[in-house]
Amino acid sequence: MAFEGLAQRLQGTIQKITGKGKISEADVKEMMREVRFALIEADVNLKVVKEFVKTVSERAIGQDVMKSLTPGQQVVKIVKDELTNLMGGEQNPIQFSRKPPTVIMMVGLQGAGKTTTTGKLATVLRKRHNKNPLLVAADVYRPAAIQQLETLGKQLTVPVFALGTDVSPVEIVRQALEEAEKEHHDVVIIDTAGRLHVDEELMQELKDIRELSKPEEVFLVVDAMTGQDAVNVAQSFDETVGVTGIVLTKLDGDTRGGAALSIRSVTGKPIKFVGMGEKMDALEPFHPERMASRILGMGDVMSLIEKAQENVDEEKVKELELKFRTQSFTLDDFLDQLQQVKKMGPLEELLKMMPGAGKIKGLENAKVDEGQMGRVEAVIHSMTKQERITPDIINANRRKRIAKGSGTSIQDVNRLLKQFEDMKKMVKQMTGMQQKGKKKMKMPGFDSFFK
Amino acid sequence: MSFLKKLKEKITGTNESVTEKFKEGLSKTRNQFTSRVNDLVARFREVDEEFFEELEELLLQADVGFETVMELIDQLKLEVQRKNIKDTAGIQSVISEKLVEIYKAGEELDNNLNIQEDGLTVVLLVGVNGVGKTTTIGKLAARLTAEGKTVMLAAGDTFRAGAIDQLVVWGERAGVEVIRQSEGSDPAAVMYDAIRAAKNRKVDVLICDTAGRLQNKVNLMKELEKVHRVISKEVEGAPHEVLLTLDATTGQNALVQAQTFKDATNVTGIVLTKLDGTAKGGIVLAIRSKLNIPVKFVGLGEGVDDLQPFDPEKYVYGLFADGLEQEENDTDK
Repeated sequence: MAFEGLAQRLQGTIQKITGKGKISEADVKEMMREVRFALIEADVNLKVVKEFVKTVSERAIGQDVMKSLTPGQQVVKIVKDELTNLMGGEQNPIQFSRKPPTVIMMVGLQGAGKTTTTGKLATVLRKRHNKNPLLVAADVYRPAAIQQLETLGKQLTVPVFALGTDVSPVEIVRQALEEAEKEHHDVVIIDTAGRLHVDEELMQELKDIRELSKPEEVFLVVDAMTGQDAVNVAQSFDETVGVTGIVLTKLDGDTRGGAALSIRSVTGKPIKFVGMGEKMDALEPFHPERMASRILGMGDVMSLIEKAQENVDEEKVKELELKFRTQSFTLDDFLDQLQQVKKMGPLEELLKMMPGAGKIKGLENAKVDEGQMGRVEAVIHSMTKQERITPDIINANRRKRIAKGSGTSIQDVNRLLKQFEDMKKMVKQMTGMQQKGKKKMKMPGFDSFFK
Repeated sequence: MSFLKKLKEKITGTNESVTEKFKEGLSKTRNQFTSRVNDLVARFREVDEEFFEELEELLLQADVGFETVMELIDQLKLEVQRKNIKDTAGIQSVISEKLVEIYKAGEELDNNLNIQEDGLTVVLLVGVNGVGKTTTIGKLAARLTAEGKTVMLAAGDTFRAGAIDQLVVWGERAGVEVIRQSEGSDPAAVMYDAIRAAKNRKVDVLICDTAGRLQNKVNLMKELEKVHRVISKEVEGAPHEVLLTLDATTGQNALVQAQTFKDATNVTGIVLTKLDGTAKGGIVLAIRSKLNIPVKFVGLGEGVDDLQPFDPEKYVYGLFADGLEQEENDTDK
């Protein structure tokens, strides 16, 4: 049930425009309709969408259609640029108080991920800012919320200040601040209970905590999957407690995350961090451009590249390049490649991040056959060193032996050898092409991994 | 008699306190949504294209989702033509009638839990992180116990810190036993243990908690499939209910969630939580019409008894109660 990205949505309209010299008002209107749909499907608040569309239309009308771009692409570019601008602005990570301790308050709805984010934030503060944080368990309402924070504290070896559930949160915070002073903690993170923004009593409690602790930062923790209601939530919290920054959680899901734009444009407050996983180090800085691509369904190319960079050994890449060029690419290298790809995570995830991958015929429902990868590995592992370097020597007898040794069939072995041959041929062409500057290539040998 | 009045009569005949709870829980939602509908009706005298456009926006802001809104608007236009409705007075009842119709999709739905007459009934709760699975289990346990069933809970969220303790607290509140292992143990093993214990102690209903997981995490969804498999191996026909817990504040991603969890665990019903905020939970309509999964319960507050069976008529009544009162006043005049 993948939602169509903006680019796909615009296809139809674009065809009508191609060949025209300028984008007319009517064309823009039609395209903006699609932009509107795309943004609403991404959960951007309707009011925000309307305002946004207005700005973009003004920019798009009358623009010359550049030769290098199709008009549609140009509109997409304008939309994306505007989105990026809207979500961008100053990238100030965390404001620290000149007079320690710096107090950080975590607020938000139930289930947004405040406690988990508190743990992650403690990790960031200690690792990147060299701070000594104290975590304060001020959620006395949800069963076992205190235990949750204490467990995280133990895992991270960060002290947690808790007084049980019978003391009022304001009193807990008061005593925690004294404790922080005594123990020389330079940062205090207050984990407050999740509450509905319409619960006046509990919102008053937040106000009281704020007045008492004078926090440098008040982080509103928001679930990236939030729908149209995100504006109401952000507005209420900002009006009552005065939010200084946003943390967007669960962004490792497959939501478009339009809430980011809604909140940003309603509160004007920067999105400081995004939660990208369940592990305690999965809190990352916010990248407006990537978020813009994501909201528009354009694939997250940057994240993909980074993921690849993180996992690919530079040295090995250089080595491989040399082997490609000198045509001394062996089955061992092939195996290496496979393992590198596997290290980047499940292939399906990677595919999803690639722009347009969802559109390729037959690929939209492709299940990556990780089992097939396992078989290929087994086959190569069952070969001798010599066989891996010069596969030509693999005759019928050897094939039989390899199949037996790897628990596969002779057909599997044949298929792999054929693939490897194809790949070599392809590499030959590619190296030839590079000089001509042509760019029509295909990942060879990887087709068979799709069912 | 207008549809809303019929609806009101039907409901007031049944259970006053439950209806009140719905009204109360949904008051924030309703105030926002219906006051806007009223406003809309007041501003437009005639039912014209512009009226529909505004209505469309109203529904979109309730997270109903694009396709469902289009469908509804098309049907409304037809209805307006057929009945030759010219002015906006009275359009509210047509709107709510259509909403209920879309939800029901022409069939009478059984919203009751599939509880076995004799033998063990297993209920499995699934969903993404932070939607309120554990809290829902606590409320559900209290509810079933009040109905005279013996209940046992299985602490299947062995991943999140403090999740087991949270369930134990809810177990104490409801006075039911919780089968647990240590944090980090295999959830499938917990289920196996729990089913054994439930069989030995001859309890009626075993409710199984699972760790929250985002639906695009392949490995975690596989783990859930395994949990499902273990349960179905140990008890014939189990799990008898797989309830997907959805946060009412969630936007269009809820559809993807419903689809993916349905594929992995054959979801039989939805629990829509946190409906007591300003979120409108309109995605329920989309899920029902696209995936045919009924909503079985809604969470309307933090108290133990704030889990109520979902009734589309009451739900729509809750959304339109203000509109109804106004309509009545108008006819009185």
